[in-house]
Amino acid sequence: MIASVVLLLVAGFLPASSGAEMAPEDRRSGYEFMSAQTRAMQDDEAANPATLWLLDGEALWIRKDGRADVSCAHCHGDAATTMKGVAARYPSFDPKLERPLDLEQRINACRTDAQQAAPFAFESRELLALTTYIARQSRGLLIQINVDARLQPFLDRGRNAFERRQGQLNISCAQCHDQYWGRKLAGNPIPQAHPTGYPLYRLEWQSVGSLQRRLRNCLAGVRAAPYPFGAPELVELELYLMWRARGMKIETPAVRP
Amino acid sequence: MARAVVTVPPRAKRGEIIEIRTLVGHRMETGFRHDNLGRSIARDILTQFVCTYNGTEICRAELFPAISANPLFTFTTIAVESGTLEFKWTGDNNFVLNETASITVE
Repeated sequence: MIASVVLLLVAGFLPASSGAEMAPEDRRSGYEFMSAQTRAMQDDEAANPATLWLLDGEALWIRKDGRADVSCAHCHGDAATTMKGVAARYPSFDPKLERPLDLEQRINACRTDAQQAAPFAFESRELLALTTYIARQSRGLLIQINVDARLQPFLDRGRNAFERRQGQLNISCAQCHDQYWGRKLAGNPIPQAHPTGYPLYRLEWQSVGSLQRRLRNCLAGVRAAPYPFGAPELVELELYLMWRARGMKIETPAVRP
Repeated sequence: MARAVVTVPPRAKRGEIIEIRTLVGHRMETGFRHDNLGRSIARDILTQFVCTYNGTEICRAELFPAISANPLFTFTTIAVESGTLEFKWTGDNNFVLNETASITVE
């Protein structure tokens, strides 16, 4: 009771956001907030459970599918070269749809257009496996979101969503992740919300999950109604977060507690 | 897509202690949970893991509902001779998964 009153008071008096960008040297990956054991699990592919998804993704990459009866490899060849750096620049603007697509949506667009196959469901084993496999090819590379005039309005909306108070708790993403990072929420450290390792294996989920799943979790956490998977609002938020993390290294597949 | 990842050093000196790691994909559904309509979700777990080295059992484990999904086992053995390590996981709903790895002992 006392704790919730304190939380309400704190949330009530602080500004929704300072509006200032975090200095690049102050940025920390979620990795740095983890225990030594969880870090070791991420660093060792023989112990990282996401390896199971990675291997499934590798198998899906060369599997023929759809009415066109072609595999990803048929057009894109060896993922180690053609997919290197791709995950580091997503979400990216799609000129045909005139809006940004995240990596999962890009894969599904390729499935429906090139393979003429049914899109994978969000958070399905297949989509997570293929996304993990493709993003893995960018591990160690720097996030680089190229914002041009077409992408700018989407980025602005994502930033607005990050800084806007929402939900029954009436707090913004920025209040936790810009102002209070490094402190504790219940027993857990609050990270800075840099999406450097998605799709990642979350011990709490006992599974690999996407950034959208994580965002929906956070929205439910502040008692806001989460947007459905694939909603433009979630992609805009993904875009803003990736842009905010520009210059940081891709860690996919990461492990988080 | 049942799958296991086994890590065994490809070669070792005779008498050397070697580390073996096995990671297996399994949801380890406890049987204690309910879905959003209140219906019980049936138990689906691995119940046993056995590793043999040229036919000799070197590790056996019983698994229970409290064990996490995708269990990882790390154990050691002594490299005695070249040959094959066989790994077998069994579980509910007739789950069986076999994996092998070979080792050269000098």
